[in-house]
Formats: sequence, C-alpha cells, structure tokens
Amino acid sequence: MAEVENPVRNVRWLDPEKKIVLLEAVGEVDLHRSSAFQKALLEPLSRRPQRMIVDLSGVSYMDSSGVASLVKLLSRVRRDNVDLRLAGLTPRVRSVFEITRLDTVFNLYPDVQEALDS
Amino acid sequence: MCDTDTTERRPVIRVVDLVKRFGGRAVLNGINLEVHPGETIVIMGGSGCGKSTLLRHMVASLFGDEGRVELLGQNLNDLNESGLNALRLRFGILFQSGALFNSMTVGENVALPLREHTGLDEQTIDIMVKIKLEQVGLREAADLMPSEISGGMKKRAGLARAISLDPEILFYDEPSAGLDPVTSAEIDQLIMDLSGKLGVTSVVVTHEMDSAFTIADRMAMLDMGRMLKIGPRSEFEALRDGPETGDETGDLIRQFLRGDPEGPITARRLSTGYEEDILATAGE
Ligand SMILES: Nc1ncnc2c1ncn2[C@@H]1O[C@H](COP(=O)(O)OP(=O)(O)OP(=O)(O)O)[C@@H](O)[C@H]1O
Ligand SMILES: [Mg+2]
Repeated sequence: MAEVENPVRNVRWLDPEKKIVLLEAVGEVDLHRSSAFQKALLEPLSRRPQRMIVDLSGVSYMDSSGVASLVKLLSRVRRDNVDLRLAGLTPRVRSVFEITRLDTVFNLYPDVQEALDS
Repeated sequence: MCDTDTTERRPVIRVVDLVKRFGGRAVLNGINLEVHPGETIVIMGGSGCGKSTLLRHMVASLFGDEGRVELLGQNLNDLNESGLNALRLRFGILFQSGALFNSMTVGENVALPLREHTGLDEQTIDIMVKIKLEQVGLREAADLMPSEISGGMKKRAGLARAISLDPEILFYDEPSAGLDPVTSAEIDQLIMDLSGKLGVTSVVVTHEMDSAFTIADRMAMLDMGRMLKIGPRSEFEALRDGPETGDETGDLIRQFLRGDPEGPITARRLSTGYEEDILATAGE
C-alpha cells in the first residue's frame, strides 16, 4: 500500500516568540488521510502556541472525517486556550462546513492575512 | 474523489436496455436512463410499475436478465463481490422503511458503516455521528432505540446513516411517504442541500408530486416496465399545466402528475376484463 500523504504540507512559526503557528494543508482530506491530518494538526500544540492558523486554501476537497478532525482539534485548543483560526476555505470546502452547521462553530477567515491581522 | 475532467462529464449512472423478469413477466422491459453528475433525477410512476425494482438494480441488489447498469463508470455485471463492495461504499441508500437495526441505538446505527468500513478512531466516529445527526435534525435522538422514535424520525435516521460515508450518489425510495408536510419538506431541503452544496448525485423515487417538482432537475416517468418519458422538470411542468392533447402518452403522464380521477390510466384499468372475470367467478 502506498504511504498516506500528509495533508499538512508546511508548519511555520511566524514570530520569534513562537506564539503564532501557521499550518498549510493541501490536497484532499478524506477518510484515507484524516488520521494523518489529525496527527499533524495536534502536533504543534505541545509547543503551546497562542494562536493557530490553518490555511485551507490549498484543500480542494474535505469530507466529514476531515471536518471531524478539525472538531477534535477545536476541542483541544479550547481546553488549552489557543485561538484557532481557519483561513482560505474554498467554496467547496466551505459548503461542507455549512451543511454540517459548523461554519458558526469555527472562526473562519477569508485568507491567512486576515487571520493574522484581525 | 480523484475525478479528472473526463470522468466528471461522464454519466454517473447508465442503465442500458435493462430487462428484468419475475416468473416470466417483464417487470422492467428495456429501460434506458442516464444520470449526470450532481443532478437530482426523480423517478415516478404508478404503484407496481417497477420503480423500486429499477432502483434495486442501480444499487446492485438485483441484476437484470438483459442489458446492464453502469455505476461510476463500472459495469455492475463485470464486478465480483469485492468489487461490488468497494463500489457500495461510494453510494448511500435510503430505503422505503428506513431499515434501521432495531437492536442498536440511532447513533450506533449511524456509526455502523464508519466502524465497519473505516479505520477511524472512536472519538472521530462519535464526532461524525453527531455531525450527521445534526444534519438531519436528530442529534437529541442519538441514544434512543428505533422502537422509541416516530416513522419520520426513522426516515431521518436512515438518511443520516446513508450519508455517513459521504457518498457520491444517494438513492432514495419514497423518502417522504408517510411523513407530515413539514418533515417531508425538511427531507426535500436535505436532498437539495446535499446535491446543491456537496454535489451529490441523487436518484429519488417518489409519489409525492409537490416534492418531485421541488427537488427534480430531471424527471422520468415509468409505466408498466417501460420508460414513458425522461426530461427536464420544465417539460413535465408544461405537460402538467397544459391542455389535453389526445396524445395517449402525454395524457397519461398528465393524469398522473395531476392526480386526476379520470383519464387514460383509469380507462386502462376499466378495460382489463373485470366483467368477464367476475362473471367467471360466479360460475357462469
Ligand atoms: N422479488 C420479486 N419477485 C416477484 N415479483 C416481484 C419481486 N419484486 C417486485 N416484484 C413485482 O414487480 C412489480 C414491480 O414492483 P416494484 O416494487 O418495483 O413496484 P413499485 O413501482 O416500486 O411500486 P410501489 O409504488 O407500490 O412501491 C410488482 O408487480 C411486484 O409485485
Ligand atoms: Mg416501490
């Protein structure tokens, strides 16, 4: 079996104090990749960021297992007082959040810049 | 989900010259039908005309005597059991009854396909079950047994289970039969959201004309095992609202769409030899 590709392509700490972490997700987040996705999302939390931005602009498709992974992350960051922001959802991915009524549960931003500035 | 442009434009479902006989009688008699990506097609027709039978061929639970069904580019006749099972994960079915397992809670029913067919951890599955139940407005019923919920709730629970694996195609057999008007409108809305927002292709068998005209992109009218007409909703609307033409097929469809008590359908019934039959019974 081919190794499952990790949908989180890039993890960057954006400031010298390492308070803000940016994760860049790409490709399709589906049943086959959501475990790898979850693992990658939870990893940076051990370094206690204050804010976590997940850039989803490169995600072309996400199924409900991908959304569930983000819910899992959300419950963790709520506990740890981390400000989680999802940025750059494509219309297709945004629809998945809307139909599952989670668009109001997450903090969604049009792009990474907005997620940084506001 | 790795569809390239070419597969996107191919029909998701193709029924070609399908014939099915039960005890020598052709219940499906040369059916042709194509369903395109993302569209909602409604299949209508009188009781016993073969709608459920056709649906059962499309979901690989029955196989025709002649012709074929292609689903997502694959001829069902060419697939072995493991090939069929792989394909079955890509579509969902809402049965006429909801078809829940009575020994499991509503939540466990929804979780079942996830437990059986994915390697997801329990916590993720629990979240997904909650998401699916919320989608159908049943989150509060997660811990109830099927025997403790109403018929409409069973239908919705069945739908939550049908969408548990994020199917590409959904098949519905009478999704709003026996439901109150509000619940039935909610189911219609769900069908439309799944297709409009997620691009799910939908095949819906229904008797409810209001629902049919609300959700359909295209409609198909089945009669005595044959496809009388397939066309965009607008064509059926025009037929319903237009005057009688004397064209047998058109008038028959019009009577069905309007639910008129008189017309070609009832005339046909009257001419099936009731008189001879009952007199023969009387020992004449
Ligand atoms: N397994 C079977 N064995 C024998 N006859 C069958 C079988 N399944 C269906 N039939 C017959 O085929 C015909 C079509 O049945 P089908 O259930 O497809 O009708 P339908 O259009 O779904 O009707 P309804 O609107 O009442 O649900 C009926 O005459 C039925 O008795
Ligand atoms: Mg039926």
